[in-house]
Amino acid sequence: MNAGQQSEPDRRPGSEVRETDSGTPPGLDTHLVVERGEFRLDLRLRVAAGETVALLGPNGAGKSTALRALAGLESLSDGFVALDGRELDRVASRRGGEPGRAQWVPPERRRIGVVFQDYLLFPHLNALDNVAFGPRRQGLRRAAARARAAGWLDRVGLGDMGDRRPKQLSGGQAQRVALARALATNPALLLLDEPLAALDARTRLDTRAELHRHLTGHTGAAIVVTHDPVDALMLADRLVVIEDGRAVQEGDAESITARPRTDYVARLVGLNLYRGRAEGHRVALDGDLTLTVADPLDGPAFAAFAPSAVALFLKRPDGSPRNTWRATVSGIHRHGDNLRVQLEGPLRAAADVTPAAVAQLRLEPGQQVWAAVKASEIRAYPT
Amino acid sequence: MSTVGIRTRPRARARRRVPAALLLPALIGLAFLTLPLVGLLIRAPWTDMPARLAEPEVLAALRLSLVTATAATALSLVLGVPIAWLLARSDFPGRRVVRALITVPLVLPPVVGGVALLLVFGRNGIVGSWLDETFGITIPFTSAAVVLAMTFVSMPFLIVSVEGALRGANEGYEEAAATLGADRWTVFWRVTLPMIAPGVAAGAVLCWARALGEFGATITFAGNFPGRTQTMPLAVYLALQSDLEAAIVLSLILLTVSVVVLASLRERWTAAP
Amino acid sequence: MRTATARTSLAALGCAALALSACTAGADADDGASQTTLSVFAAASLTESFEEIGADFETEHEGVTVEFNFAGSSTLASQINQGAPADVFASADEANMDTVVESGSAENAETFALNQLVIAVPEGNPGGVTGLGDLQGLKVAACAPEVPCGTTAQAVIDAAGGQVTPATYEADVRATLAKLTLGEVDAALVYRTDTLAAADEVDGIEFDEASKAVNAYPIAALTNAPNADLAREFTEYVHSDAAQSVLSGAGFEQP
Repeated sequence: MNAGQQSEPDRRPGSEVRETDSGTPPGLDTHLVVERGEFRLDLRLRVAAGETVALLGPNGAGKSTALRALAGLESLSDGFVALDGRELDRVASRRGGEPGRAQWVPPERRRIGVVFQDYLLFPHLNALDNVAFGPRRQGLRRAAARARAAGWLDRVGLGDMGDRRPKQLSGGQAQRVALARALATNPALLLLDEPLAALDARTRLDTRAELHRHLTGHTGAAIVVTHDPVDALMLADRLVVIEDGRAVQEGDAESITARPRTDYVARLVGLNLYRGRAEGHRVALDGDLTLTVADPLDGPAFAAFAPSAVALFLKRPDGSPRNTWRATVSGIHRHGDNLRVQLEGPLRAAADVTPAAVAQLRLEPGQQVWAAVKASEIRAYPT
Repeated sequence: MSTVGIRTRPRARARRRVPAALLLPALIGLAFLTLPLVGLLIRAPWTDMPARLAEPEVLAALRLSLVTATAATALSLVLGVPIAWLLARSDFPGRRVVRALITVPLVLPPVVGGVALLLVFGRNGIVGSWLDETFGITIPFTSAAVVLAMTFVSMPFLIVSVEGALRGANEGYEEAAATLGADRWTVFWRVTLPMIAPGVAAGAVLCWARALGEFGATITFAGNFPGRTQTMPLAVYLALQSDLEAAIVLSLILLTVSVVVLASLRERWTAAP
Repeated sequence: MRTATARTSLAALGCAALALSACTAGADADDGASQTTLSVFAAASLTESFEEIGADFETEHEGVTVEFNFAGSSTLASQINQGAPADVFASADEANMDTVVESGSAENAETFALNQLVIAVPEGNPGGVTGLGDLQGLKVAACAPEVPCGTTAQAVIDAAGGQVTPATYEADVRATLAKLTLGEVDAALVYRTDTLAAADEVDGIEFDEASKAVNAYPIAALTNAPNADLAREFTEYVHSDAAQSVLSGAGFEQP
């Protein structure tokens, strides 16, 4: 944690932040409902101060809409937004009529900082004045605002770039200036929209680590919107997976990677996931196949295993109790040092095999193979 | 959507031949636009130029033209930029009608515009009679009338180009400014306006140039009084009644001064496209 | 290929232009074959009276059409000096006729009418204006010194001791009168003929100093006239009793 990072008192005149007497825990408490034609976002979310939550989901899941609604850039169809016990937005429940706004705080008075996907650094201001923009609006005089901005640029490692225009910054530098600009207002909630999406792979790695450092140091709540599971796992304390405007799974990195609940999440974390019905050590899948698993269980269940747990053979293997089935190779792609083989058949599955194995088996699309997974490699858990 | 517009490299463009179908009309058009100027230059009695420039009436007309055109541009900025903002950034009923109304001064013959101004701001006009009775102010035949006539005719040029600039600007920046604590006025003043500055400058230059050349509405609404309402175009027109060469000299003076002013402004304020 | 296309379209454009001018020329030729056209360049203040005189002249001369070009005298003078194909020039002042004579486009100009300034006031003369002296403190419109009616107005004002300063010097006499009819000025110095033409809106007040600067209207047949004989006949006709009565009806005086 960066010493003194948040030690600056909030010198905002007439600050409207009031800790509620009832002792509401500081942080974000919200229920976002946004309707746009066919699409409906309906998301209940709590983020404690100091916590970072990642909103993870495919394109079009409603992540950015949620973020814009929180920032006050998009209006709610229903629900509320409360930050540190202060109500920012509330739509009165509908009784046959149009939703009415019971409470509305405009974006500029929400104390919510946003790092936009394309950064949106003001092109007519240099990096220092971009960062000083927020403090200026909080009533600081020019010199004081610039001093605060310079401090933030130092913290993101760009102390000597203050006089650069956004055009003269690299992607990674622009990202860090955008972060400094959002943090310089000392926001109670920090929103980051795909903060690393616009960066190339190399820059991304460094920037991600640094962003993580700053998020850890941030005393307010933070939400990172991303479609990249690695970013989500690395940056956030807790993940909320959104699909079609709804949260489908919530939890820390471990529980989600261990027990994915949708195909999307399973693919994200690189697991083969199936839904079925368990009876003891056997899980009957929705298809014809029955898997033998190590953990006994009864009732509706998920069964999951890693692609690396799948072994491929040209002939039916015999010996130790394995789950085996006949499959057709539908595709082969490079995956890290190994090759990922897509299998069709009674089970759609991914298998990770070494290049040597592929060469030995002479695998190619359309080929028939036998797939095998040890019972001990399959995790079963209730739905 | 995720394009980051932060680095634009100047693209090395391969020099290609200009197609004749574009080049020929371009050259003909250029000749059409410049030959009248050449005609003026050929007929100009150059030796008379210094003497004319020294005439107090000419200096007064030139000074009045520059002052009133600049005032009209300033007035157009103060009133026109907010109109452009409303047209580009807000959604109000009848916006199309407003946009159509704004182009009226562009199509109205300026003399008719001048008569229309008299009907409103004249002594017996809707607003003019009230001003006269309440404050004892009459507008026609004053320099203020010149400014009003120029503003009426030239403000649409400014509005159209500022609205275009606003539509081209990324509203995301304005949202970003709001999340940083800027209210709508601050967003406009500190973010929107600086970002569309080139468009505003281009509009102001067009507006100023049109105001400088304004004749019909001015002579109708403001009349012609040397030093007070006689701008250069009026002086040129009247000189034309008695002395063609004097008219040419006055035209060239106006032309030269405006070109010099615009060129120096361009260097300073607008990036050459 | 591209070049060829451009040439073709350009050629088409040229043809169109040629066709247009050819068309105009043809129309002229047709007119000329059936009738003789007399082209008269006359000062704008003569519009109504000359149209009437022209019609009379046509009835007296079988096969003759009189075509008028009414404009400011100075405009007409420069058009004639630049070689416009006119037969007759009638000017509203002697200065512009002089430039035409000096350039050799005309000889023997003769004055056929006089016009005098009056003080035009709103109908009924609400201000009770009786002479130039009453104009002090009122808003007055006059013609600019660059045009004939302005030269006369300045001479009249000077003759009266220079105590009247117009609020505006208009580009021509019609614009001057318009400022009065629009109510922007209290009085306007215009020709008597103009007040008669707008008699239902304005009254013309005669004043003594007007006689100090009377506008003389000269007319001349032009030396390069396409119809020299007819041009001479027309200038003579303008001096006839019939024509003179038309002119005095419009407010002109006989020389």
